[in-house]
Amino acid sequence: MAQELGQLPMGWLLTALIVIVVASGFSIGRIRAERYLIAGGQKFHSRGNYHGYYVAMWGFIPPLLVAGLYVLFAKPTALGLLSSELPEAFHTLSSAELQSYLESVANAAAMGGYSGSDLVFATVTGRYLELWGSLKGATLALMLAGAVTGIMYARRKVSPAFRARLRVERGAEAFLFLCAAIAIATTVGIVASLLYESLRFFAEVPFTDFLFGTRWNAQTSAEFGALPLFFGTFMIALIAMLVAAPVGLFSAIYLSEYASVRTRRYVKPLLEMLAGIPTVVYGFFALLVIAPAVRASALGINSFLIELGAANGPVLAAQPTSALAAGLVMGVMVIPFVSSLSDDVINAVPDSLRDGAFAMGATKSETIKQIILPAALPGIVASMLLAVSRAIGETMIVVMAAGQRARISFDPSTDLTTITVQIVALLTGETEFDSPKTLSAFALGLVLFVVTLIFNLIALRVVQRYRDKYE
Amino acid sequence: MDTTYDPALAGEGADDGQPLLYPRIDCRDVSVFYSGKQAVFDVSLPVFDRSVTALIGPSGCGKSTFLRCLNRMNDTIDGAKVTGEIFMDGENINSSHIDPVLLRSRVGMVFQKPNPFPKSIYDNIAYGPRIHGLVDDRQELDAIVEKSLRRAGLWEEVKDRLGQPGTSLSGGQQQRLCIARAIAVRPEVILMDEPCSSLDPIATARIEELIDELRKRYCIVIVTHSMQQAARVSQRTAFFHLGHLVEMGDTDQIFTSPRERRTEDYITGRFG
Repeated sequence: MAQELGQLPMGWLLTALIVIVVASGFSIGRIRAERYLIAGGQKFHSRGNYHGYYVAMWGFIPPLLVAGLYVLFAKPTALGLLSSELPEAFHTLSSAELQSYLESVANAAAMGGYSGSDLVFATVTGRYLELWGSLKGATLALMLAGAVTGIMYARRKVSPAFRARLRVERGAEAFLFLCAAIAIATTVGIVASLLYESLRFFAEVPFTDFLFGTRWNAQTSAEFGALPLFFGTFMIALIAMLVAAPVGLFSAIYLSEYASVRTRRYVKPLLEMLAGIPTVVYGFFALLVIAPAVRASALGINSFLIELGAANGPVLAAQPTSALAAGLVMGVMVIPFVSSLSDDVINAVPDSLRDGAFAMGATKSETIKQIILPAALPGIVASMLLAVSRAIGETMIVVMAAGQRARISFDPSTDLTTITVQIVALLTGETEFDSPKTLSAFALGLVLFVVTLIFNLIALRVVQRYRDKYE
Repeated sequence: MDTTYDPALAGEGADDGQPLLYPRIDCRDVSVFYSGKQAVFDVSLPVFDRSVTALIGPSGCGKSTFLRCLNRMNDTIDGAKVTGEIFMDGENINSSHIDPVLLRSRVGMVFQKPNPFPKSIYDNIAYGPRIHGLVDDRQELDAIVEKSLRRAGLWEEVKDRLGQPGTSLSGGQQQRLCIARAIAVRPEVILMDEPCSSLDPIATARIEELIDELRKRYCIVIVTHSMQQAARVSQRTAFFHLGHLVEMGDTDQIFTSPRERRTEDYITGRFG
């Protein structure tokens, strides 16, 4: 019996149970409320439906709590019980070996049981299924009991004076808060772990060496001067913005002021599609098409300068991967960030200002340059800042097209490396999680987080101020 | 429907005693279509110089749409088409070889909601003279700004804070700023589209005084919802209904002895 219980599909059962509980709770509450109404004819504070929701809520919460406990603790509890029952022979195993043995038992059980020739393993798996089955049975029983108790408790409260609507509204509010809290808790958790690991890193490497050191060589020797990484990141972001800022802004002006409604309807989504292209696609485009072109042009400039006699050796590095290639492609990628938001803010400039300028006899371009753009400027700046923070955090394009060498060089045809590229390099492959090498990735991640956070905060503040002005 | 222009009635309300022998603007059979749907039907209407012409009528009667024909503002609306002839100084301004940008420097406009540019008070006024190249140096510009603000009755209130943003003024002051801005390009005609509808009674009274003052120099056309306002500030009144010009004449005559039944019903508050 217990073994069969172990095979139960818990997910489906839980869902079914909750649906039944909610449905019956609702009808129980409502019917009771209506019976009062028919019998007494008294005026209810809340309408019947709210009493229904209230009872359903009480039927729903206890099983939900039990289900939560089950998800968190069922497997460890079953494994713990199992290992306490294991015979003497197993005590010779080291704890790591025992752990992996138990893990394979759990896996076999999850597949529906073990039917191979290893009798010991088959017995252990069978026992585990029994234990787990009892747990599942107990959980289901507990949930059912909780639901029934909840419904009984709530049903007794249904009365004309009972303010069910207020309780239900408070319940709905709590539920919505919970959803918001999950997002916030996740962010806080990530920041906390970044901070914790970074602090461990800074215990081994001085903070100033990290921030201001000019030599980065985390892979082979322990040199953690991150300045070249910051330089590479900002250099590539700068190139990207040199592309994205004018192209994005001008396409926004075209879309919002010149394009007909029809054109805009087709062009705007097409432009926004640029943001939907997977960055890895941009990455190999950068690596296979743009980087060779950049290299060829750099070589051409070199030989031209030598022929002119202006230089006696190559001036540009002309590497197969380069900051320029990565920056150009990244620029194209962030165009929609600039154009879409700028278009929105330009559209938000009230038409009355356009009318006013036209009525003064201003031409279209005068109106745009002198009235619309100054009015939309804060929003445009904000869109640029968001694009910058997107460019700084971008990883895939730079991993593929920017290179790995950490250095400070203003030659755009040379290869550079960025914060994100180094984090990828540090954490892929064989790593142990407490060497300074790995920990430095967390420190880099923290810097990245803080920088993009600052950019986003400024952008949000600016947009906020702009909104206040026009509403 | 009697919409013919009777010279004997012209200019009775003008207080400078100058007879107005010809209309400043003469509209003939003006129709407006928005995306094929007709909003104004064959309106023929003369507008006299140095007087205020009020366009009245219930919401959606086409009076604002008609007003926007006089400075070609309908050009800025997608799908709008204007037919008919509008003569200004003997020239049909509705023909395709007229540059609306130049026309609008001759026909200024003030809108329903004050819409100062997001610039300083000074720059709001200086904007028009600058883009039209009306001035050669800063002194001349200063003079225009002061004159325009004085004419709009705003100079005394703002002369010490010309550098502050135009949006920092009160609603009534903003509307007078917009009027000053329109005056600054030396227009011949000023169009006003319900200029007082977002203002309180005191600010409204000031604007009405100002309109009466401006009438001595300009030809003014005002759209208004308030019949009292039309009666107070205008010399000529045109009543629009469902896109048609029902009746026009001297304001006194329209309000005391309207010829049309619909005009009388509207004026006495039976509909609208």
